[in-house]
Amino acid sequence: MTSAVYFQKVSRHFGSVRAVDAVDLDIVPGEFFAMLGPSGSGKTTCLRLIAGFEQPTSGSISIFGERAEGVPPYRRNVNTVFQDYALFPHLNVLDNVAYGLMVKGVGKAERQKAAEEALSLVRLPGYGARRPGQLSGGQRQRVALARALVNQPKVLLLDEPLGALDLKLRENMQEELKSLQKALGITFVFVTHDQGEALSMADRVAVFNDGKIMQIGTPEDIYQRPKTRFVADFVGSSNVLPPDFVQRYSGQHRWGSLRPESIRIGRAAKGDGVAARLVGTNYLGATTKLALDADGLRLHAIVPAGTKLPAEGEAVMLTFNREHLHLMDELA
Amino acid sequence: MRSDGSQSAPLGLKIAAACGLLFLHLPILLIFVYAFTTEEKSFVWPPPGLTTQWFAVTWNRPDVWQALSLSVRVAAISTAIALILGTLCAAAVSRTKFFGRETISLLVILPIALPGIITGIALRSAFSLADIPFSFWTIVLGHATFCVVVVYNNAVARFRRTSGSMIEASMDLGADGFQTFRHVVLPNIATALLAGGMLAFALSFDEVIVTTFTAGQQQTVPIWMLEELIRPRQRPVTNVVAMVVVLVTLLPILFAYYLTRDGDQIAGSGK
Repeated sequence: MTSAVYFQKVSRHFGSVRAVDAVDLDIVPGEFFAMLGPSGSGKTTCLRLIAGFEQPTSGSISIFGERAEGVPPYRRNVNTVFQDYALFPHLNVLDNVAYGLMVKGVGKAERQKAAEEALSLVRLPGYGARRPGQLSGGQRQRVALARALVNQPKVLLLDEPLGALDLKLRENMQEELKSLQKALGITFVFVTHDQGEALSMADRVAVFNDGKIMQIGTPEDIYQRPKTRFVADFVGSSNVLPPDFVQRYSGQHRWGSLRPESIRIGRAAKGDGVAARLVGTNYLGATTKLALDADGLRLHAIVPAGTKLPAEGEAVMLTFNREHLHLMDELA
Repeated sequence: MRSDGSQSAPLGLKIAAACGLLFLHLPILLIFVYAFTTEEKSFVWPPPGLTTQWFAVTWNRPDVWQALSLSVRVAAISTAIALILGTLCAAAVSRTKFFGRETISLLVILPIALPGIITGIALRSAFSLADIPFSFWTIVLGHATFCVVVVYNNAVARFRRTSGSMIEASMDLGADGFQTFRHVVLPNIATALLAGGMLAFALSFDEVIVTTFTAGQQQTVPIWMLEELIRPRQRPVTNVVAMVVVLVTLLPILFAYYLTRDGDQIAGSGK
């Protein structure tokens, strides 16, 4: 099967900065693919390489089997939902959505009908006559989505589309985007720095750091079996354990990771475990996050709210199921 | 409440403000009054009588028509040149980063900061050095130097306010460079260009200094008026023309002011 997007050793350098550094990528048609990473990690540059706003310094890109180097954005069957939505302020909502069809020369009646349909798809029917300035942030986002989808792109690129929305709206949009993607069957490529968003929405996640992909996998893979210290730490703030510590419990001298929710807290000097001291508690609503000090090693644990906790500064015993201790690829 | 303006200012301040405004605007009013005077050789106060005959006299003076037509043509063409060059320059400076960008920005603005007499002398010596005879086009060139600045300033301000991703969005949706300019860039900078263009037109229309240095035998309206003041004959004709100049320059400037002031609403909501 042809890949939706295929990167082969793609690099994009800006002067001496390697924004994207020899990235290999293979996005399957119809998948919801997330590019996750901190700012400056190269994920947005990758998106812009797919859209055609950037050209690779080296390497090759193909979109549905067609070579994309040198092809300008307006000749790619790819559409983008921009971070700031980039709606045209001088056009009303309907003309914004119909813009792509207008420049392609589609007749007025036909393109307005298609735009109306796209607006219904994003649940904004009848908003066509309004100006972008009269819409709320969430509504603008839907218009931007409709404006991209009306062109029936093969790949839809989303650049941090939920970044500007408040929490509640964000959660609703996450579900909506997910079901929209399922219904349309279009390949979605989604850039975010929010690991929760990536894990909850994507079929597969690529974790970026320093212009390179650290790991590609299903959300479960990424979360449960991080390959490197960076992934373990960035995705879900796992406890990164040094090789000496790991060797005591697994017999192998490797870096390991242990999810904060896998740690159980017990009374000191009871059973075998890791002796530690509780140095801080952080109330998070449904859970409480504990900061622990195990002989100089800083660990975090998450326990359900209402768990009886020892006082801060007291000695505790940490236990965990050894299966939950994940060994990473990095040896030392 | 201190800010609602209900508290009255002291009387002394009110009188001072009134005097200041009168000092600024009374002379302009006098020009209008003298356009109706019956005394044609000198301006005496109060006017011995009032008449509207000077409007007819002005209408029938071919030299007035020549000067007016020259001024309108010079202003129109200088403005057109300024619109093209100013917009291109503003687009380059605000859209891309390149070596010497700040310098270019400064050099473009310089002609309006320089005294007109410097621009005038510089152009005059440059023209004679290059053996270019003074003509309609030398006036246009002289005026274009400062007309570009106002268009550039207006366009740069608007470009800075328009989001760069809008152009990318247009390309993303399938529009090539020309379509993007026509459907996205132009509508968004149109009011700024109109405002800049009208200011440029008004500036060119009443420009004296640069014109004296770059004109040959032709007379633009301001030059014609200067000459006319020396001749003690049909003086009120000058005042009639002055009224026309006020209208031709003031109205565009007022309109430009309203356009740029409401720029956000025009671009944003526009009910």
